[in-house]
Amino acid sequence: MIRFEPRGPVAVSRTIGVSVTAAVAALVLAAIPMLFAGLSVLDAYVLMIKGAWGSMFAFTEMLTRASPLILTGLAAAVAFRAKLWNIGAEGQLYAGALAAVAVGTGLISGPSFVLVPAVIVAGALAGGLVMLVPTLLKTRLGVDEVVTTLLLNFVILLFVQMMLEGPMQDPMGMGWPQSEPILDEAALPKLMDRMRIHWGLVIALAASLGVYFLLKRTVWGFEIRAVGENAAAARHAGIPVTATFIRVGLLSGALAGLAGVGEVAGLKGYLTADLSPGFGYSGIVVAMLAGLSPIGVVFAALFIASIFVGADSMSRATGVSNYLADLIVAISLLSVLVSGLFLRFRIRLAGTRPARESAK
Amino acid sequence: MSDILEIFMSASFWAAAIRIATPLIFGVVGALICERSGVLNLGIEGIFTAGAMAGWMAVWLGAGLWGGVLVAALAGGFFGLIHAVLTVPLGLSQHVSGIGVTLFATSLSYFIYRTALPDVSSPPRIEAFQPLDIPVLSDLPFLGPALFQQTPLTFLALFLVAATAYVLYRTPLGLAIQAVGDNPAAVESQGLSVYGLRMGTVVAGSAIMALGGAFLTMSAFDAFFFGMVNGRGWICIALTVFASWRPGKALLGALLFGAFDAFQVRLQTEVGSFIPGQVFLMMPYLLSIAALIVVARRADYPRALLVPYFRGQR
Repeated sequence: MIRFEPRGPVAVSRTIGVSVTAAVAALVLAAIPMLFAGLSVLDAYVLMIKGAWGSMFAFTEMLTRASPLILTGLAAAVAFRAKLWNIGAEGQLYAGALAAVAVGTGLISGPSFVLVPAVIVAGALAGGLVMLVPTLLKTRLGVDEVVTTLLLNFVILLFVQMMLEGPMQDPMGMGWPQSEPILDEAALPKLMDRMRIHWGLVIALAASLGVYFLLKRTVWGFEIRAVGENAAAARHAGIPVTATFIRVGLLSGALAGLAGVGEVAGLKGYLTADLSPGFGYSGIVVAMLAGLSPIGVVFAALFIASIFVGADSMSRATGVSNYLADLIVAISLLSVLVSGLFLRFRIRLAGTRPARESAK
Repeated sequence: MSDILEIFMSASFWAAAIRIATPLIFGVVGALICERSGVLNLGIEGIFTAGAMAGWMAVWLGAGLWGGVLVAALAGGFFGLIHAVLTVPLGLSQHVSGIGVTLFATSLSYFIYRTALPDVSSPPRIEAFQPLDIPVLSDLPFLGPALFQQTPLTFLALFLVAATAYVLYRTPLGLAIQAVGDNPAAVESQGLSVYGLRMGTVVAGSAIMALGGAFLTMSAFDAFFFGMVNGRGWICIALTVFASWRPGKALLGALLFGAFDAFQVRLQTEVGSFIPGQVFLMMPYLLSIAALIVVARRADYPRALLVPYFRGQR
């Protein structure tokens, strides 16, 4: 008989150990489908590592891919901390991108130091407002936010398609459903010449530090953690639970909206309905791999981005479908759940001596 | 106005409503079985995809249509088992595990499909289920084409509603399932296995969900497309709340939903020139959210839903 004994507070090193274990386990488990697809597993992983880290170009591409993942990862992490289940980062990302395009294609004009912040604020605001709807439905009417955020993803994507085929379609776009290009003054500057890497990465890293500071050092952060641990107890202790949910919802949506800003104003330059290959959903995996730590999110995003960019490159070389990347990412989520057990519990076979009170 | 009346008077409208409702009936019945025992199964969206892909591929490889249905159910059961192990004995977050199962089942289905068919541009077709020709009933004027010219999977869905209602309300097993979703400790004290009941319902419910996916590739269409499930699983989760976890109401909810969807598609041909098509495509999702809002105040969740049970520790 197996027993789980709860552990006391856990050291950071153990949290990191769990994440690394989960990542390695996912890579090992992914060998099974790779073998079925006729890949030599070791060669495939070498190709993937080269594809994501093997050259300056590969490395900057990986960082470019990591930027939105850091932001959607933070969006999930901060919401999950409060046990607000925001599964709608995908939709909030599109809302942010749509707002960025609306503002950045000529609604207002001016120099960069006006337009760039305007685009950023518009995107964050749009993402936050989109998440405000399910948050208010939860706090006011008791509607479960998991399903509403998931369903809103589809609504928003259709809304974006509607705008791109209607009022926001580029008249010079030969009838393609795409927006007008973002003005040069409104675009996020590139970080390096001849590379696609842009200031979205800086925004993402700053956001990660900001969320870390918020959670660790502020009253609001304390309230977020308290609500997540036990909402009833927090309410009893006089913590404004409803206000906390609303703050978390706005923040989480805004972070996802910023991911959309980066993709459209930093990378693509114009909006299409296939802007995101599921960054919102991958963000959940990033957050879980990071143990919901805002700093950990950065490293988890680098891992997931390496999988995506590496698998793209491996796929081009071997012809094996790059859905392998999504598969590895999905397995990472399941394996981090399981390996998290070792964090929260000491696992013992019955009959063995009970553990002494774990050292504090 | 007379145009709208004409829509309701046409047999093809009611036939379409039932056709649209069929995958949702499978999905809602599967979801409510899981939730009645206390386990939310957000793997549903991926399980739909897996059922659609596995069922289609089995038929394509020559297993026959009912062979395909069986393979789809087994695929659903497999992913259900993963969710069951993670959430029941291990007691992990049902939300996160469910999302994980959805991502896993979806990406595995896509990967297998792409690996088996590396470079096809148009998806290969199979000989899908044809509408049954029921003696007498199918030949009735109006009622025949409206209600009785459906494919066998629709009748299987209706049978499963009745069977689920019977098991849930009329058998000791059903009472135990209801009890384990409300008060697992009481079930344990009766000498029944909480883990066994919950894992069993999650596997069975997931197998039924997968049939909803199989209906898409083997009845509604005759091929597998990426993204073809398109949120139907999430709609089912909303409909389950709307149906207060009751099989009869689930059937009613799915049919209402199907009727609305069939209606708006027909309305689109009337007023489509004024309103962009996406507005109509949004309706199913908005309607699901509206359904959740309507019942939110009086939703009577199974009391132990989302609460893991640890043997002998509470």
